[in-house]
Amino acid sequence: MSKQFQFKLVLLGESAVGKSSLVLRFVKDQFDDYRESTIGAAFLTQTVTLEDQTTVKFEIWDTAGQERYKSLAPMYYRNANCAVVLYDITSSATLEKARNWIRELQRQADPSIVIALCGNKSDLAARRQVSEEEAKKYAEEEGLMWAETSAKTGDGVNEIFTAIAKKLPLTAPPPSARAGASRPGGRTGVDLNKQTTAQPGQEACNC
Amino acid sequence: MDEQYDVIVLGTGLTECILSGLLSVEGKKVLHMDRNDYYGGDSASLNLTQLYRKFRPGQEAPTDLGRDRDYAVDLIPKFIIASGELTKILVHTDVTRYLEFKQIAGSFVYRDGKISKVPSTEMEAVKSPLMGLFEKRRAKKFFEFLQGWKDDDPATHQGIDLDKDSMKTVYEKFGLEPGTQDFIGHAMALYLDDDYITKPARPTYDRIVLYTSSMARYGKSPYIYPLYGLGELPQSFARLSAIYGGTYMLDKQIDQIVTDAEGNFVGVTSGGETVKAKQVIGDPSYFGAGASSQGGKVRVVEHGRVVRAICILKHPIPNTDDSDSCQIIIPQNQVNRRNDIYVAMVSATHNVCAKDIYVAIVSTIVETDNPHHEIVPGLNLLGPIHEQFLTVTPLYTPTSDGSADNIFVTRSYDATSHFETVVEDVQDVWKRVVGSDLVLKKREVEVQE
Repeated sequence: MSKQFQFKLVLLGESAVGKSSLVLRFVKDQFDDYRESTIGAAFLTQTVTLEDQTTVKFEIWDTAGQERYKSLAPMYYRNANCAVVLYDITSSATLEKARNWIRELQRQADPSIVIALCGNKSDLAARRQVSEEEAKKYAEEEGLMWAETSAKTGDGVNEIFTAIAKKLPLTAPPPSARAGASRPGGRTGVDLNKQTTAQPGQEACNC
Repeated sequence: MDEQYDVIVLGTGLTECILSGLLSVEGKKVLHMDRNDYYGGDSASLNLTQLYRKFRPGQEAPTDLGRDRDYAVDLIPKFIIASGELTKILVHTDVTRYLEFKQIAGSFVYRDGKISKVPSTEMEAVKSPLMGLFEKRRAKKFFEFLQGWKDDDPATHQGIDLDKDSMKTVYEKFGLEPGTQDFIGHAMALYLDDDYITKPARPTYDRIVLYTSSMARYGKSPYIYPLYGLGELPQSFARLSAIYGGTYMLDKQIDQIVTDAEGNFVGVTSGGETVKAKQVIGDPSYFGAGASSQGGKVRVVEHGRVVRAICILKHPIPNTDDSDSCQIIIPQNQVNRRNDIYVAMVSATHNVCAKDIYVAIVSTIVETDNPHHEIVPGLNLLGPIHEQFLTVTPLYTPTSDGSADNIFVTRSYDATSHFETVVEDVQDVWKRVVGSDLVLKKREVEVQE
């Protein structure tokens, strides 16, 4: 029987580097040039099937704009198994911001988190400000995965998510991932959605 | 900051975040600001660094308590009552997808110098030392009466009118002893004082039904608690708001609430810039709480004070069967007070502190000039206390309903052990801001496969 795993993936990066677009390409294989910044969903999911038929389901959290004014909640990083930190290859300032996010992840997130640095908008190579060598060197120093992607053309998008899936610990289910825990059988806490139809007053009194 | 908003929300406490989330879902354009660089305001959960920064300025957090990041210490001691209104809002807004809950392991009540478990099963009730054999029979009759009550069936009323007869009348009808009355009124109906006894019995009936149905829901206690602390609650509603277009700004000092010549709300000034909106909602600290006056206009008044002691323990609370979490109620009669003393304890099981550490908060409504002395009966139950952070917090209430000037002030977090009064405030503010009752609509499930 093939194995199934589920992981929480968070997106980080300066506004307008293409975080939502990258997810939209990965999840729905769509692109919209004039995309507004909100995505309107709590999170999106997409499954990657590896060569050995292992399936990895990503629960992908977008920032919902909360990265803009230093307002991303600690809850966002909580139990994240992997992070994709984006910069825009046509703007060196966005790589600087990406470095800040990576420092923040190293400080706040679980130490075992898998981090991928992504240079997005590779279709705009003519306006490139960040060289491949510079980004790659930084990624190697920090032990991060690295790739260039284009949410517009789709170049490199599936490849980076598949590479992350391969790098995640597929030997045992993540011990504390909320993503995994919310599935039947995996939840250790109480499920509020269950028994919500129970009628107060009908239960036997406990006294 | 030249945009115009429908509503500006000041402070990211739970009340404000629920309102912000619900207003954004409703399609309102919301700007939500907080002077702190963290979410939660007075209902935040702090790590050790933040805790020491707040209570011991200039003192480094100790190294013998484990990793800073393992801590999420609540500032207010509250649990979620399982069948209560907050649970309904959590489920209806689907913010449960960001949260995970655990039960609170036990509920205890103090009587004659020692604590006993509030029975959660019939077996426990039979063995419980809280009542003698004959009193147990009388209590059984009383609970059967409550359980069997049907508004439209006079045969179930046994001559009692819940809307007219006082709770005293009901207690007397079943011949319940004062100790049992204490237990029912304080450990089950969760009244903080004895004022309810002379009032009509209906609200007490409702509270007991809420308690017993909550107890029946998950088994061990009527309470549940979010992993990583209560501070997760405002964060999850803030995310709901952001997903529906709400704009968030933390670490923003609010310089001024701007009003026009008639005193109506115009906007909020922060960092020299003024943002305009039709309405403003905020916690009392943004409207002059604690200050002598705000432009001459008094918007909030103090109506009491709560003393709270956050205690770090290196052991479970004695005589609680080593529970990883619990509530202990000390009814006022037991210690010659007017208001109950509460103890609320959580631990590493709830991901709020390092392993083998227990965090207990002892609290009560202040009655004297010596508040720290008033909580001693609670502190005495804890065993050796490793570290203690004491606060005496004024409770503020708004002076007007906001309908005249579009300035809506929320209430401080009270001394009750749960969030029911917080939800009442949310419903109340909603009605005044929106103009209609808060109706919870189930949202579409938006997890896409």
